[in-house]
Amino acid sequence: MSEQNNPYGAPTTGHLWDDNLAELTNQPPKWWMIGLHASWILVLLYGIVYPMWPWFGGATQGLMGWTQIGEYKQDMAAIQSVRAQYEDKLPGMSASAILADSELSEYVVRSAKVLFGDNCAACHGGGGQGNPGYPNLVDDDWLYGGDIDAIVATVTNGRMGMMPAKAGVAMTEAEIDQLAAAVAKGEPTSSPLFMEKACFACHGMDGKGMHALGAPNLTDAIWRFGDGSVESVKYTITHGVNDPADPQTRNAVMPKFGDRLNETDIKKLAVYVSKLGAN
Amino acid sequence: MNDQVDKQAHADELYAESHHWHVNTGNETIHAKRMPGRFRNLKWAAAAVWLLFFMGPYLRWGDRQAVLFDIPGRQFHIFGITILPQDVWMLSLVLLFFAILLAVVTSIAGRVFCGYFCFQTVWTDVFTWIEEKLEGTPQKRRKLEEAPWDFTKIRIKVIKHTLWILIGALTGISFTLWFGDAFEMWQGYLTLNAGAMAWGSVAVFTFFTYLFAGHMREQVCFWLCPYARIQGVMYDKETILPAYDFKRGEQRGKLKKGQIEEGKGDCIDCGQCVAVCPTGIDIRYGQQEGCITCALCLDACDSVMDKIGRPRGLIRYASMDELEGKPALKMFQRPRVLVYLTILTLALAGIIYGLFNLSGIEVKVLHERQPLYVLQSDGSIQNKYSVKILNKTPQDQQIRLVVEGLPNLSISGGEGSLIANKGRITSYTVFVRVPRGSLKAESTPITFRVEAEGSEELSSSYTSMFIGPRP
Repeated sequence: MSEQNNPYGAPTTGHLWDDNLAELTNQPPKWWMIGLHASWILVLLYGIVYPMWPWFGGATQGLMGWTQIGEYKQDMAAIQSVRAQYEDKLPGMSASAILADSELSEYVVRSAKVLFGDNCAACHGGGGQGNPGYPNLVDDDWLYGGDIDAIVATVTNGRMGMMPAKAGVAMTEAEIDQLAAAVAKGEPTSSPLFMEKACFACHGMDGKGMHALGAPNLTDAIWRFGDGSVESVKYTITHGVNDPADPQTRNAVMPKFGDRLNETDIKKLAVYVSKLGAN
Repeated sequence: MNDQVDKQAHADELYAESHHWHVNTGNETIHAKRMPGRFRNLKWAAAAVWLLFFMGPYLRWGDRQAVLFDIPGRQFHIFGITILPQDVWMLSLVLLFFAILLAVVTSIAGRVFCGYFCFQTVWTDVFTWIEEKLEGTPQKRRKLEEAPWDFTKIRIKVIKHTLWILIGALTGISFTLWFGDAFEMWQGYLTLNAGAMAWGSVAVFTFFTYLFAGHMREQVCFWLCPYARIQGVMYDKETILPAYDFKRGEQRGKLKKGQIEEGKGDCIDCGQCVAVCPTGIDIRYGQQEGCITCALCLDACDSVMDKIGRPRGLIRYASMDELEGKPALKMFQRPRVLVYLTILTLALAGIIYGLFNLSGIEVKVLHERQPLYVLQSDGSIQNKYSVKILNKTPQDQQIRLVVEGLPNLSISGGEGSLIANKGRITSYTVFVRVPRGSLKAESTPITFRVEAEGSEELSSSYTSMFIGPRP
């Protein structure tokens, strides 16, 4: 401040800069000093109440015994207590009983999303929509049947269907072409080869598949592999599915989750999957 | 040499200005004199509006509080109306309405809110009224301030501060009563069983009422309140404000032998206008930040003018134009006022529309995104929707869902009668299936309509999309 502009004659440090600039030695404003002292007192109090100061064997504990992990556990316990009214019932119930109970199945649909994401979504997609080579869980077509117990069995034990290359018998190119054309049209039984090569043994006399073997329905609009083109059907007939004898065979393995997940989680997943589509 | 003189002259002018420029930083308590008058009465009448704040919570409507802001329940009850978070757009219109009301009033007649209605002004007024009753006139108050601490001084001060704190506590309690059942909350306070939130709110209100109205007073208006500054910029030369008529008043001079001296103006420099000012300013220096336009100086000056036999209105509500002798624009010739009034009308229309069209039920539909559609074994296409039905009525409703927009569609998950639970959202998963032949485009609008069974006026619809493969 200029020394001429010091109407109240406040004391200065006595030093002059640039001819006439002096530094006043006024106290900082009172509110500012109060703020300063309040701040360090607050820090001290904080250090007493909360864990803060480095100390031998860790840090001071603080009067309230508060810890981050403690607060986390408390919050988790609070969540568990909300969920308990549902979770406690689940272990004692069968998957179909859970599905039948609208409130419980609603709870499972909401809470099992994480389980599905962790265990299933890698192959079946986040919404259960499937991926090339991995079945769609949202549609109404089920390889092993859509009832809840079949789904529990699938998740628990895994699945590995098998279709021998060339139906396990010698097939000429022409025969494969003829059969593939009939299958791609959705009318497998229209080809005499369907009976001749014993396709019916797994896919059924009417070509509508067999849930016990996981043999797909060949007459509907949904394809297990590829897009249903003649080419893709020919490939499947030529190389089979999971045929150990053919290195180019199609792979279709559902891993076993029985040793990774507990029974309740499997039941939850079965209910979740069951509710994905209009089952 | 001439330059030097000019500079000095300019500087002298500035110094002269700064001499008048008294900035009130609260070093000294303002002890304003109280004088009766028209505006004093008007101020009490305006302040009485705040009685609603204290008495409102005890009004009942049916079996509940008439006005209840139920925060945990996420419901506002205002007489017969229940407002849920979904209607919050109306709250923004209400806020807009009051913001513009503030603007239009300020543009027409200055800081009317500050001067008459603001809680800071009103509470300070009540606090200083108590102070005057206990300690006496401003002179006595100043004397008491300097007096040594004896029994009388301690007694007076203890009574005063106790009363102030009690008013603060009552303010805090009354505030909290709007957010819970008033009678239950009083029971809680009296039995010391109220919740932490309630006690906390009361403590904060008590403290700040005591601090602001008791101790900081005009300093809040000067340095804390943003509205004080915002309102200042809404003035223009047509705004009428409590103003000193400098043409009539100057040259001011003391009365000599009961007469105004020859050639002098009407202002006798008695200082009454300064003495009564609650913010400690001198209105004769013109409009300034400290003026909350409370008009108490008008009462003071008028009473002086009456005594010396001069006409009233040396200080009066007048616009800058009027004082300078320019013709005054009519209110509806002022664009600012017109724009404000237009916005005000629109906001009000929106609020009224909203209040009359609060629907009892509302439906929202979310389309499943993963996957967008599913091919079914019969070749049809299925879409999945989450249908959320909000029921704002006080009872559960039986709801019928109708989906329209595509030929031959079928639904599952939403057939028959659905329950919509009262006061909250009930969610249903609905699958819509359409034969592939019905789809003419990748996405087709599809309408979900919900109707309450038995009362047709309760209905709502929502348009979503039906997604399919490229046809």
